[in-house]
Amino acid sequence: MNQSDDRAQHPRRLWRHPEPKSSYDVVIVGGGGHGLAAAYYLARNHGITDVAVVERGWLAGGNIARNTAVIRSNYLWDESAAIYEHSLKLWETLAAELDYDLLFSQRGVMNLAHNVGEVREGQRRVNANRLNGIDAEWLRPEDILEVCPIVNLAPDVRYPVLGATFQPRGGIAKHDHVAWGYARAADALGVDLIEGAEVTAFELDGDRVSGVVTTRGRIASGRVAIVAAGHASIVAGMAGIRLPLQSHPLQALVSELLEPVHPCVVMSNAVHVYVSQAHKGELVLGAGIDSYNGYGQRGSFHIIEQQLAAAVELFPIFARAHVLRTWAGIVDVAPDASPIIGLTPIRGLYLNCGWGTGGFKATPASGWVLAHTVANDVPHELNRPYGLDRFTTGALIDEHGAAGVAH
Amino acid sequence: MLLVPCPWCGPRDETEFRYGGSAGVAYPADPDAVDDATWAEYLFMRDNPRGPFDERWCHIAGCRRWFVARRDTLTNEFLA
Repeated sequence: MNQSDDRAQHPRRLWRHPEPKSSYDVVIVGGGGHGLAAAYYLARNHGITDVAVVERGWLAGGNIARNTAVIRSNYLWDESAAIYEHSLKLWETLAAELDYDLLFSQRGVMNLAHNVGEVREGQRRVNANRLNGIDAEWLRPEDILEVCPIVNLAPDVRYPVLGATFQPRGGIAKHDHVAWGYARAADALGVDLIEGAEVTAFELDGDRVSGVVTTRGRIASGRVAIVAAGHASIVAGMAGIRLPLQSHPLQALVSELLEPVHPCVVMSNAVHVYVSQAHKGELVLGAGIDSYNGYGQRGSFHIIEQQLAAAVELFPIFARAHVLRTWAGIVDVAPDASPIIGLTPIRGLYLNCGWGTGGFKATPASGWVLAHTVANDVPHELNRPYGLDRFTTGALIDEHGAAGVAH
Repeated sequence: MLLVPCPWCGPRDETEFRYGGSAGVAYPADPDAVDDATWAEYLFMRDNPRGPFDERWCHIAGCRRWFVARRDTLTNEFLA
């Protein structure tokens, strides 16, 4: 790649950097993956191009830059299966649509079972997935070795591997490229991406939203969507909306660059680790959230120690790999580990939050259904079950069982 | 790792504790009389501040007692 090509691909040059106008049809608060996807689908699916995405930092600098890029749709409940499978189908054509290489690789996602309870739960989930038209297989230990020869199947380890669920269509993508691809495509359709603009207040006209006050000036808009991930409680609080979310640090790490050695994604709820190998060669590892509420984008070291101990027991071949870098993102976790997407008591104000530890894979569908919700002022069929009212009606979508660790 | 100030045992490693979330979430005084929205508030709605936060900890690997600490959720500094 010559120097001019390199400059053309630099993210600063992939979209315009306009001054904010005084009003827009729609303002999206939060320029991460989900906000950018929503802006793109507002323009592409609904013809609404007078849209601003306001971001307090730089575009795609939050959780879209901090996740472990795992994509799958093997969720237990029908509501979850529907939205995550819609997302996976969008992933399968997304690079072509955005004309941007997302390094989307359907190398398969394996969820290990380490005890009889997990075997039964995993087999139940395979069957539930199949009933929902989602590809799912149950792997016996000898089948696991055919997919991923480096998993340790020794019977004398503390948590022996007894089997696994496998979704062949699952995989990984290059997270930064996803955000940049959506940003470039949204910008090309006329969406203004406003960086360095922190929302400090909402303006209301009776029970309707009428605009936002930002550090780059006031922007009038009758339709505002809050897509602020770990900071959703803070932003929604400015509009007087109380959310059932708790923000936690979620840590991840990468090793040094290694030769290709790990062919798929392996996850384990019981020992709390998940591992894939990026195209460039780093092993990418994640674990569960830090227990305490936190906004510091860093976590406690014992979480890393435990996840590495688990990884080395599952993959003895990794024992001499070096940790290159660790970090944390701030994830907004709902009581049922499912997102909140829909209307609010304030007319024209919409929510898309609570994705917790599993938002990356949902980026396309999340933007898709939010755009529909904002454009029509009614939820899309896929996000109707995900309203804030479910915490009053009791119709929770309890996915803790299917996603006991972060993912 | 956090160094958590147990009021009875002194500062100890975070791994000795279980986190209990927000302090001051009171069970409804008359549970038979409250409506669904009040139950939702009690069960699910929580403060989630970026800054000082009153939270519960249990020293499960020590004195096994619950206590309330005040911590800044951005800096992790224990304030009281």
